[in-house]
Amino acid sequence: MDELKTKLRAFIVENFLFGVDEPFADGDSLMEQGIVDSTGVLELIGYLEDEFGIMVADDELLPENLDSLDNLATFIDRKRAAVGA
Amino acid sequence: MLLENFLERSARRYADKPAVVCGDETIAYGELERRANRLAHALRALGVERGDRVAIHLDNSIEAVTAIFAALKAGAVFLMVNPTTKPDKLRFVLEDCRARALIARRRRLLATEHLATMIAMDPPARADKRPVAPDTERGAREACDNGAKPAAPTLADWHDLLADDAYPTSPPPKAHIDIDLAALVYTSGSTGRPKGVMLTHRNMVAAATSITTYLENVPEDVILSVLPLSFDYGLYQALMSVKIGGTLLLERSFAYPHAVMLDAEAQRATGLPLVPTMLAMLLQMDLERYDLSRLRYVTNTGAALPVEHIRQLRRRLPHVDIYSMYGLTECKRVAYLPPEEVDTRPNSVGKAMPNCEAYLIDDEGRRLPLGSTGELVVRGGNVMPGYWERPEETAAALRDGPLPGERILATGDVFRTDSEGYLYFVGRKDDIIKSRGEKVSPREVEDVLTAHPAVAEAAVIGVANALLGQAVHAFVAPREGHEPSERELLRHCAGQLEDFMVPRHVAICDHLPRTANGKIDKKALAQSEAGTH
Repeated sequence: MDELKTKLRAFIVENFLFGVDEPFADGDSLMEQGIVDSTGVLELIGYLEDEFGIMVADDELLPENLDSLDNLATFIDRKRAAVGA
Repeated sequence: MLLENFLERSARRYADKPAVVCGDETIAYGELERRANRLAHALRALGVERGDRVAIHLDNSIEAVTAIFAALKAGAVFLMVNPTTKPDKLRFVLEDCRARALIARRRRLLATEHLATMIAMDPPARADKRPVAPDTERGAREACDNGAKPAAPTLADWHDLLADDAYPTSPPPKAHIDIDLAALVYTSGSTGRPKGVMLTHRNMVAAATSITTYLENVPEDVILSVLPLSFDYGLYQALMSVKIGGTLLLERSFAYPHAVMLDAEAQRATGLPLVPTMLAMLLQMDLERYDLSRLRYVTNTGAALPVEHIRQLRRRLPHVDIYSMYGLTECKRVAYLPPEEVDTRPNSVGKAMPNCEAYLIDDEGRRLPLGSTGELVVRGGNVMPGYWERPEETAAALRDGPLPGERILATGDVFRTDSEGYLYFVGRKDDIIKSRGEKVSPREVEDVLTAHPAVAEAAVIGVANALLGQAVHAFVAPREGHEPSERELLRHCAGQLEDFMVPRHVAICDHLPRTANGKIDKKALAQSEAGTH
């Protein structure tokens, strides 16, 4: 889980904060912090698909699944488990 | 009538009714009124005087709505700053209007010479050892360099200011009247720095009254707004909702459309203001899965809705009224198409709204009869007094009107009217090409080009030409897998356009240059033309 979050954090810092390491907590809302906006969400989904092979269904496009590092990590784990171990 | 009276009246009538719902929070009218009053007293205590500018740099939130009414009640002039605005532009806006107060999240605060106070929305993080306002020191140094005495603004905490017994819950005494300024709305033109549109209480009350009249808003309305409060379209959703005593359902963004639609269903939204990109996203979703039976109307402004999208929406949500509208920040809104006309005239923006007059003028400024094409001018109580401290731009936009001392707004947009007076947008005046003495609308040529199956995008500009005045030059990006020739595209145009509109050249490009907003960069195209000829 930690390794996953580290990876996600690196992606976000690189692509949304342009390498500037503004501190944000694992549980912080990315939308509220202004880190990810509506086009950012689409980029994020693209990353999940490319990096983790996860397809995000329309009704999974929810803040509960995507709007913080904690939520993202939980979501990814759940999807990977569902695909079958 | 003052703008804050909207809240004061609704609070008397609907004290316990939800005024604003945002995320998990709800605030009733009575409580909103009390908080706004407390904050108004606080602003005064912190040095904000009548006519001072208060900058509100917050996300869509109950706090933002509270701050708006608080500034008004303090007799101040509020300005919304988009929450994603970067520090340089924030500084520019604060200095341009010599803002006296700034309300923002802690890490977005920035001190400028005229600020008396900064109000932090969030408490300091315990582990956060960084200075609160990174620019305070720099601001102080710059002020020293200018020979001015640096007086650092006080830093206050929002929650402390609103604490019980800190400040009274009754409104502070008012000295301002309806012709005083209520707000500055900063708008970016196509060139140069943003400028502040000045709006008086009278302007904003007139606009809100006219719009709520034609939308037939009632207290039972639940307005779901995803639009930023920093955009006047979004700002007015809050003002109008409070005016009528409805409920404003505020969302932060359309990043999660499914979540927004679930809210629309759960909160039984009756009104949904849209922009074309939002409608495009909605039409890609399965709308049947949401119970939108309570949705009474959608509105659109800012850019035209593609006719095909209007038709789709009519098919999929036939019970919903569609209001196609046109306006500009300088007068808030001008025209709307009555929903019953949308099937027969889907590309029209209708006629002037109640208590507003709009007509077309020729190049000499003479009023044109119906069935003409010309620049749209607007008169009414909704027309701004001008741009903040920009006399030249103001003089260019406001012309003498029919009554002594009256100023009417020249929109810079070209429209045509049909014989019944319905308005159809033709193009920006600056963009209109004059070829062989005739006016050519780039948009019209672009639409013809994009209708060709091989064309994905088209941009048309006028290029100086000794013989023609201007020549019509087109640039197209082909659809993937297609390789159209210039000749076939010219033939296609000739088949659909008057001869003076057919482009002289059609350049086929891999892609068209874009501006920061994602729009096609016609300036870049013009420059590339200048380079090759």
